[in-house]
Amino acid sequence: MFLNTDTVINRSWLWPLTVGLAMSACAGSANTAEMTAPIGSMAMAVPPTPDPRVGLKAGLFDAEEAIWNLRMVSQTPPSQEFVGVTNSDLAFSGHYAIQGNYNGVQVWDISNPSEPTLAVGYVCPASQSDVSVYENLMFVSGEGLTGRLDCSGEGVQEAVSHHRLRGIRIFDISDIRNPEYIANVQTCRGSHTHTVLKDPNDDDNVYIYVSGSSAVRPAEELSGCSGAPLAEDPNSALFRIEVIRVPLANPKAAAIVSSPRIFQDLVAPPVHGLAPADIAVIETAKARGAFVADINGQARVLPDGFVSVQLDSVVKARGGSGAPNAADSSAFRDYLPVLIAQLTGGGGNNDGDGPPPGPTQCHDITVYPAIGLAGGACGGYGLLLDISDPANPVRIGAVSDSNFAYWHSATFNNDGDKIMFTDEWGGGGGPKCRVSDPKEWGANAIFTLNNRQMRFQSYYKLPAAQTPQENCVAHNGSLIPIPGRDIMVQGWYQGGISIIDWTDASNPIEIAYHDRGPVDSTKMQSGGSWSVYWYNGVIVNSEIARGLDIFELMPSASMSQNEIDAAKTITFDYMNSQGQPKFVWPTTFTLAKAYVDQLERSGGLPATRIASVRQDLGNAERASGNTRRETLTKLAGELNNEARSSRDAAKVRTLTSTVRELANTR
Amino acid sequence: MKRSQETHIVSVLAALTALACGTAPPVTDTAPRSRDNTAELEALYRARIQSARMRFTEADVHFMTGMIGHHAQALVMAGLSPTHGANDEIQTLSARIINAQKDEIAWMQQWLRDRDQVVPEVVIDGTTLMVHGADHAMQMPGMLTQSQIEELDTARNGNFNRLFLTYMIQHHQGAVSMVHTLFATDGAGQDEAAFKLASDIQVDQITEVARMELMLEALPAGGGAQ
Repeated sequence: MFLNTDTVINRSWLWPLTVGLAMSACAGSANTAEMTAPIGSMAMAVPPTPDPRVGLKAGLFDAEEAIWNLRMVSQTPPSQEFVGVTNSDLAFSGHYAIQGNYNGVQVWDISNPSEPTLAVGYVCPASQSDVSVYENLMFVSGEGLTGRLDCSGEGVQEAVSHHRLRGIRIFDISDIRNPEYIANVQTCRGSHTHTVLKDPNDDDNVYIYVSGSSAVRPAEELSGCSGAPLAEDPNSALFRIEVIRVPLANPKAAAIVSSPRIFQDLVAPPVHGLAPADIAVIETAKARGAFVADINGQARVLPDGFVSVQLDSVVKARGGSGAPNAADSSAFRDYLPVLIAQLTGGGGNNDGDGPPPGPTQCHDITVYPAIGLAGGACGGYGLLLDISDPANPVRIGAVSDSNFAYWHSATFNNDGDKIMFTDEWGGGGGPKCRVSDPKEWGANAIFTLNNRQMRFQSYYKLPAAQTPQENCVAHNGSLIPIPGRDIMVQGWYQGGISIIDWTDASNPIEIAYHDRGPVDSTKMQSGGSWSVYWYNGVIVNSEIARGLDIFELMPSASMSQNEIDAAKTITFDYMNSQGQPKFVWPTTFTLAKAYVDQLERSGGLPATRIASVRQDLGNAERASGNTRRETLTKLAGELNNEARSSRDAAKVRTLTSTVRELANTR
Repeated sequence: MKRSQETHIVSVLAALTALACGTAPPVTDTAPRSRDNTAELEALYRARIQSARMRFTEADVHFMTGMIGHHAQALVMAGLSPTHGANDEIQTLSARIINAQKDEIAWMQQWLRDRDQVVPEVVIDGTTLMVHGADHAMQMPGMLTQSQIEELDTARNGNFNRLFLTYMIQHHQGAVSMVHTLFATDGAGQDEAAFKLASDIQVDQITEVARMELMLEALPAGGGAQ
């Protein structure tokens, strides 16, 4: 059940009213996962049954595998100095994949994805070694108590030590095969994760948002650090994030420039509204004449038991007896808002010591500079931040969820009108994908984002049950640049990787996957996908125990070869998944053909018309000069006229403008 | 499929030396003498996993055994919610506490087993909790006395809601303070698995405390009696 804290607070008031009320409110959301309303008439690939991911044989390098609509291009075990130590996050620079590891970083040359080679393994132990890049700089997170300034592996035995590194390490990777460790920025809580922000209006600096989730260091180790509550110490290192500014001309001068208290006064997030499934339940209830009340801004179906007791008292109040009549019902309906106000209003237990200071930290922040927003996954909240002033992010929205244990990460869709949060219930070390684990726990939550308001739509959780020997929960992923659709690849630890289509925010569906059996069949041994990202045509997976996997998409009913080829036209010089880049597809015939394929799937144009549009595009592609231009101009004109009557008018218009741009391309 | 690592048994030794961990692990005898590259890399993997398990200290063990008892009491408390008229938010919270802390107990028991330490066994009989093999496990910070447990067991509905939240906040804060105590101890948290578990417990329980404080604040005044 998706709730914000507002609702949690006020519904507790309603407890004396009835259990049933709350239960009826749950009903819609509880069914969300089962909602299988087809998206128009879209013909998507049917997943194999029974799910081949269930019951895979265990093994470290020889586990049984299941794969669907993907092709494994290579799997490369960790190099000797890193095997047996946790592989963590990934960043990309040129044709290199940089893989964090609790023992340092491994830089893989992936120019030939079928045979990655180790460019350098740089030993510098620290957990979690979250990595990012910008131009000639590489940033690495250190949080654990063992990280050392001198990169040696001996750990730090003393609780207070000046050898300890907890914060951000900065490397010059001008020669990526010989990283040069040039600076540190120490922080009070270390860096569990970090986010590099390149502000479009600032070419002189990059900013790093540091999320530290472990304990605060003693002031004797790092001056000024305090783990006291805010009421005791206004300079507490809790209840804030750190912002580091890195001057590109002199990265050694990187330093903390602000510690924004983005959680201040975060008591109850705004009402996020009901999910479509909840709305459907309420509409059905209204249709059968049930009583629906507005409780704290959200419609709730009143349970029959509550209603009958109230109706009886209406009957008694007029001195009558027996069953209530229509006038009684009408009187009760009028009286309902007053009754609800009485039941929910007043009182409370506010001790008057001011609002709580909110979460103590974020786990991760994803910035999307193209739209000036960031999604923060922070304790019990999902935050929306305005980052137009990069050193001073401002909270502009917040959501909470009674099903979410610990908000972990965020991903926007490319248009910036949706945001997905993950719940890393159990911290990634627990087996949270068993048959017995609820589908709404340890899952993704998808929100639409309109006028900077987040509105809950649905949950998505890996559909294949995993064993108790497999740590499994929602984890890191990225968008795949299929034009006109919201496609994401995501790691689920030992649940493997799952590719979902969340174009319809209320009905996300899985369209491809890869999974291995457990690392160990006898007990939980940590492994699986820490993070998996699309980068320049391939899907790169950081496997905690097994190393580096590279995949390619395979065409299926859910995704055509043209769509895959169009995705491959998006390339970057570098990528950090938490610094989300905007996809802008170059105008190509491939792009036009991908849109045609999508119109075929959605039934947006009749089959005969799909065939003739393909014919026209093919002819134009083979032609040149005026012939090409005239063919395309004519086609664009025709499509423009057809858009109006199409069931997928928006897509026909997108295709029209692509064809028109092709006509004007020399 | 690329598995081109050129690994030899000698390199198992060399790499372990490079690991430079405090204790040299006695592993080379168990490494399979195979010419298969993957098998040798797997041997190196197992050797390093084993060597990482040698970094623990007595403080880590004390933390794990104590936390097993501490978590077990949370199971007792949360187990009362379905039969004591808890509101639906507390029911959800309790179900998640039971799921999460049961898993963590199993995880901590495995951690101790992997390190040849005494593994406390938890026995819950109604509201009576016994932790065999860890004497100190019943006196960890934030834990309820048996009479407080009985008080909670006697409460119903609104009174239960209030008492449950009050005691569970106290209980969780105790767990957080156990993490802080651990991290303030010389030599502790050098075992990455122990560090991760302790850090996860800290953030999860701080997050849950914040959620419970808001829930408590929202309960009707005057004990919430109905």
